[in-house]
Parts: sequence; C-alpha cells; structure tokens
Amino acid sequence: MRNPSTFGITWYAQDTLGEIVFFTPPAVGAQLAKDEHYTEVESVKAVSDVVAPLSGEVIEVNESLTNEPQKINEDPYGDGWLVRVRLTDPTEAQELMDAATYKATLP
Amino acid sequence: MGYTLRFVGETGSQTLRRTPLYEQHLRAGAKLVDFAGWELPVQYVGIREEHLAVRHDVGIFDVSHMGQIEVSGDGAVALCERLLTAEVGSLGIGSARYSLICDEHGGVLDDVLIYRLSETRLLLVTNCANHARDFAWVHAHNDGGVAVVSDHQDRYAMLAVQGPRARALLAGLTSGALPARMHCDRCEVGGVPVLACGTGYTGEDGLELLCEPQLAPKLWDALVRAGAQPAGLGARDTLRIEACFPLYGNDLDEQHDPISAGLGWACAERTGFIGAERVAAVRAAGPAQLLVPFVLDGPGIARAGNPVLPRVAEGGEPDGGGVVTSGTYSPSLECGVGLAYLPAWRATPGQQLQIDVRGTLRAATVASKPLYPKDR
Repeated sequence: MRNPSTFGITWYAQDTLGEIVFFTPPAVGAQLAKDEHYTEVESVKAVSDVVAPLSGEVIEVNESLTNEPQKINEDPYGDGWLVRVRLTDPTEAQELMDAATYKATLP
Repeated sequence: MGYTLRFVGETGSQTLRRTPLYEQHLRAGAKLVDFAGWELPVQYVGIREEHLAVRHDVGIFDVSHMGQIEVSGDGAVALCERLLTAEVGSLGIGSARYSLICDEHGGVLDDVLIYRLSETRLLLVTNCANHARDFAWVHAHNDGGVAVVSDHQDRYAMLAVQGPRARALLAGLTSGALPARMHCDRCEVGGVPVLACGTGYTGEDGLELLCEPQLAPKLWDALVRAGAQPAGLGARDTLRIEACFPLYGNDLDEQHDPISAGLGWACAERTGFIGAERVAAVRAAGPAQLLVPFVLDGPGIARAGNPVLPRVAEGGEPDGGGVVTSGTYSPSLECGVGLAYLPAWRATPGQQLQIDVRGTLRAATVASKPLYPKDR
C-alpha cells in the first residue's frame, strides 16, 4: 500500500449519486479512522457520507473540487480524488477488497 | 422526496408495480427506483440536464403512477364539492382546478387536480401514495350512492409534456387545437386518442396526456422522436421545488392545514367542504406557521427534516423554530433551495435563517414565490 495514499469514491458511487454539486473537504491535519465517515459529497438528489477505507492523517485536500465538484463524476480515480492521507497503519490494507472482488459485489 | 437511492435490483424479492412505459425507460437508460411501491425512473441522462431541458426546451415525464378517480352521476358535483376545498359547482365543462382534500380537522389528506369532463362527470387525479385512501374516502362519503365512484387508475397511462416548447411540439403531432392552460379536451396525438389537459407541476407551460395504457408506448415514442427529452422523478422534484409547488408527504400531510401550507387560494370555505370550519378559523386567526421558500446563502444543500433554529422575537421568548420539508440543489439558480415551515412572524422574504444541515449551521434567506420566476 502506497503511503501516503489517495482516497476518493468509486465509479459506482458517483454514478449512483448522479451529478455531484458540493464537496466539503475535511481540514488538513484531520485524523481519519478506518470505516468511519470523514466528509460528505452532495449530488442534486442526495447527500452521502464518504467513509475512510484506512486510518490516517489528512495531508492534502483536493481544493479544485470546491469550484469543480463535477470532477468527481468525470474522473473519480484521477482528477476527482478527494484527500491524500498519511496512513497510520498500512497493514489495515490487508482487509480491503481488490478491484475485481469489489466489482463482483455490485448489482 | 419519497424515493430511495437503492437500485431496484438491490431490493430483492419485493414486487414493484411497473407502468406501461417500463421498456421505454430501460431503452432510454433510466435509473429506476422504488417510489411508493412503483418502479420509476429517477433520471435518464442526469437530473441537471433533464431539468434544464424542461426549463428551456421540452421534457416528457411518465406519471402513469398517478391515480384517477371518476365521479359521475347527478350527485357527482355535490359530492366533489363536499370533499374538495376548491369550488366545483362553478367549474366549467372542460376546465381543470387544483384542490386539496381535507379531513374534519382541516388536515390535508391529498392534493389533486379535478377535471370537469361533462355536466355530471368529474375526474380526480391523485397522488399514487394516497390513491387507495382517497378512493376509500370518496366512496365512504357517497351517502346513499347518489354518485358513481370508480377507480380508474388502471384505465389510464399519463404523460406530462412540459416546457416552453411543449405546445409547439404537440401541435406538430395533432390535427386539432390543444386545450388552454387549466382546460382539458379530447384529441389525438401521434395517432393516439388522449385526454389532453393544460396542467403540470413544473412551473412551465405544458400538457398532461391521459391515454389507454396499451397505447402509451406509441405515444411516448412519438413524443421522444419529435424531440422531447425524457425526464425522471429527480428533475420533477427540482422543478416543482423551484416553482414552490408542495409535494404531498413532504410539505403536505394531515398535520398541516392548507392555510399554513400557503394554499388558502385553493380553498373556498363558503362551500362547506369537510374541514372548512377549521380552515376558516386558521385563516381568520392567522396560521402559527407558514410554508415558505428559502435560498442557501453559501454552499451546501438543506434537505427535508433539517431543523431551522429558533429565534427570539423582540423582547420575547424564543419561537419554536421551523423545519425544512423539501430541499434540493437548484439547477436553475445553482445553489441550495427548499421549502420550510417557519413561525409566521418571520415567514417573510428577506428574513435570515440558520438551518442545521447535518450538524453544520448554514445561513439561508427566505425568498418569495416562485424561487425561479418565469419572466426573469
């Protein structure tokens, strides 16, 4: 697991939410706990918590999303990243699904 | 609003009702959701794009989930006038009117459209979640069976064609004249016999078309071929909120009376409808709370259920605060907007509000109706 790591939401998540219109970034320095929500994204139709996949400290937030939240829809694995996090326990990553396993859980 | 974000495939074995346009929705790439037991499109290409198509061009909605109750016979007008807050006797043949149905305490049971099809035939268009209760209510008040009350929900599919170009698009598909706003008439659209009504719930001009369910796909396809953008429940919600039209279950329910909901204009207490005494009393005394639109001053979106913080009136006690009953992002205004019940003393345009949006206090300002004026 790369450390620091980049967090975001999945293609499926952004597609389900639809057009994202607001992203409120957490503060740099915020402590994130694995499986706990650390921020929210708002689409036209709903607000959704964003859950941290791993524990760590926010060292950078994607400021460009304040004016261009649609990047989360357009490129969730690239320009639509949310935060960079210095992991406190990289071994937590062993519990994560790989992409293929995740995709198999989608309807 | 009353839909869940779960995809229908995830809900398991629950049986949802489908409209006759289900295949059309799938072909148009709709995301389907469970809306009050119906499997309906929440969006096709995206809420914003569909919303703007209706505001600036023309969109088409499948509203076949809405209910129809026909009341006919010599006692039909009297029965409807007793149950509806609006005047029914004065409704001309071929005219339509918005109305509420109230209980004895003046609480709102539903909001409906009533069409007068002939001297003694009236058609009520109900909200799908209330339809069964409405039918039972009308049936129960048909004392001595003076009117014939029929559930016609299964006889009609219903399409709403809405937007500034709706009439031009429909004119190209019909040989006859189209009914004016708040009027209805039979005609043929794309070769399909319809009951066309100059009504809708988007704040735009447009028509609603009722037809036989098996002909609905033909009608839908003709309208889409002619250029109407399919639009889902998501855009329907953002459009009606911008227009400040209340949604039953969000802004209207048995706990609220029509005056507090800002719908006094739809009530003619002199007819003595069920609930009229209470409505007259609230109108005379002034409501304690009023449903008003608001606009968020900064980023964020208030949603239904978010509390509006209490405030102290000059030299007095804090009022009870208020509550957001509809909230969304406005694609036309590009900010958070909504409807909230507020203490009446500060339910006036320009008043500053603090809304608790999931733990974050957001400043908002009471606006005037509609949030999106047509003549801007």
